[in-house]
Amino acid sequence: MDPVLTAHAREPNSFTLDFYLRHEGYDALKKALTKKPDEIIEMVKASGLRGRGGAGFPTGMKWQFVDKKTAPRYIACNADESEPGTFKDHLLMERNPHLLIEGCAIGCYAIGANVAYIYIRGEFYHVQTILERAIGEAYRHGFLGRNILGSGFDCDVYIHRGAGAYEAGEETALLESLEGKRAQPRNKPPFPALVGLYGKPTAVNNVETLCNVPLIVAKGPEWYAALGPEKNGGPKLYCVSGHVKRPGVYEASMNVTLRELIDGYAGGVPEGRTLKAVIPGGSSVPILMPDQLDTQASFDAIQKAGSLLGSAAIVVLDDTTCMVWLAENLLHFYRHESCGKCTPCREGTDWLHRILQKIERGEGRMRDLDLLSSISANIGGKTLCAFGDAAVTPVLTTLKHFRHEYEAHIREGRCTLTAEWRATKRAAVHA
Amino acid sequence: MSFHPKMAYDATFHKSARQLEDEGPPFVYTPERRARIDEILARYPPDRKRSAVLPALYLVQEQQGYVTANGIRHVAEVLGITRADVEDVVSYYSMFFTRPVGRFVLSVCRTLSCAVNGAERVTEAICDRLRITPGQTDPLGNFTLLEVECLGACDRAPVVMVNDSWHERQTAETVDKLLDDLLRRGESALTGCHLDIEKRA
Repeated sequence: MDPVLTAHAREPNSFTLDFYLRHEGYDALKKALTKKPDEIIEMVKASGLRGRGGAGFPTGMKWQFVDKKTAPRYIACNADESEPGTFKDHLLMERNPHLLIEGCAIGCYAIGANVAYIYIRGEFYHVQTILERAIGEAYRHGFLGRNILGSGFDCDVYIHRGAGAYEAGEETALLESLEGKRAQPRNKPPFPALVGLYGKPTAVNNVETLCNVPLIVAKGPEWYAALGPEKNGGPKLYCVSGHVKRPGVYEASMNVTLRELIDGYAGGVPEGRTLKAVIPGGSSVPILMPDQLDTQASFDAIQKAGSLLGSAAIVVLDDTTCMVWLAENLLHFYRHESCGKCTPCREGTDWLHRILQKIERGEGRMRDLDLLSSISANIGGKTLCAFGDAAVTPVLTTLKHFRHEYEAHIREGRCTLTAEWRATKRAAVHA
Repeated sequence: MSFHPKMAYDATFHKSARQLEDEGPPFVYTPERRARIDEILARYPPDRKRSAVLPALYLVQEQQGYVTANGIRHVAEVLGITRADVEDVVSYYSMFFTRPVGRFVLSVCRTLSCAVNGAERVTEAICDRLRITPGQTDPLGNFTLLEVECLGACDRAPVVMVNDSWHERQTAETVDKLLDDLLRRGESALTGCHLDIEKRA
């Protein structure tokens, strides 16, 4: 499949309005404004577009659920991209910001909203400046603001800068943060489609999701759905990182397999190494083993293989990676990012991290392995949002596939892999 | 206090490592920043001024380098909310500093993809050169070193964020040169985004 979302990403000035207009930019918005809002929602439903943020929920359904009797309504665009291994929205906003703006405007028109907030993570300041300039251009040329293109439809797009919180990527936590509070999740239901930002109906959509909307409107839902396997249509951005020769964002249809992405697009693992494990959808999803590489990288196929496509953040790990170290590294992340609202997650992630640290240092006991499982069982499914389940996944999945590595650490009283990428000082501690 | 019968929180557990803000000198926004806050407030419904607390705090930090209790008081007055509301937010988000920081804040990403590509060596090189540990500022006040969680640049690992701009694919050697450049050329050594887009346009 030829790239669609990132077709011009490597060309200079691809982020300017001038460039965008030369490549059929804002044609989809013009077309959308001639249709009824319901027709747009039907088109998105027919295309089978599934949310690109992680859950893969059908976007058309989400928009249909938005309570159309209550006003005002909002779109909150989730540009908080914080899942370890994910960097696709960054590329889209940096190289093709007008596509996102057009997606926001069409989305607003479809659900009858007049304001879209783009919640961008604080660390993306350089991307924010590009996006801000693009929004300014769009206003000046009448693609945003009052009475867009003479249709009588008003739409404002504002950027809201976050300040460093992974949890702000959770949809209700994002809304809390937009309201000027701590980014902590709300109890669900009610879902944001009914009670969202400021208590009003809100559609929370990922950047890549909204960027797909203009394509669907311009080229039709049939074209879109036919790009990929059934129920997994459209182009998809894959973020490949870790132990590969050419890490980067690669656009493909969901017909592609993990092997093609890793060995083909990303050039495979470095010479002389072998692939040990793959995390297919960001740090919160279960590991896939080398014998599962021929799995199609679609929402459904990866779920069938026992993991999740998530945000399509493929982290490749070769034979120099210590799996206990990996779990410790990720639990350090989750311990730090737990928002602290639910006790099992706030306390449990700290306990898990400390036990993993002990094992990695060579001070573990065999009974710690059962302790890890039992603490995990007391976090997973017992928290308001999916963070709890995400946080225990690295522990459970490494225990499942690499229990022997844990046991070797405990038996030998040291980390059994001294990886060359690890800092010498820490390696010395391990020796 | 810890909820666990035996394990006390260690000093690095983030919820307890936070320090209360120092009072700082009296604080009001400069007229330009005050104007910017009014412009930002127009983005939110009139009865939802609280939404602007993050941008308001960024402006405080921009003006005095970090967020003080007096800065918090001023934000509370401007937005018509309580100081506790503002402090609640300040203590939650990791990008607000409640203590003075160096002229350049070096944030080294330590999460998986950066870590497997040698982020620890970069941190170690900075520590050795400046004789500080993560979380500290060097005695001259030039650099503050932080180890941060995933910055979202995993394809260009390891990444070091200097103030607001990214410096990618760092090694112990390149980061040494980066520190030299920052000392010699100041802010102009911040190359920012890897594609240098703003300069090209």
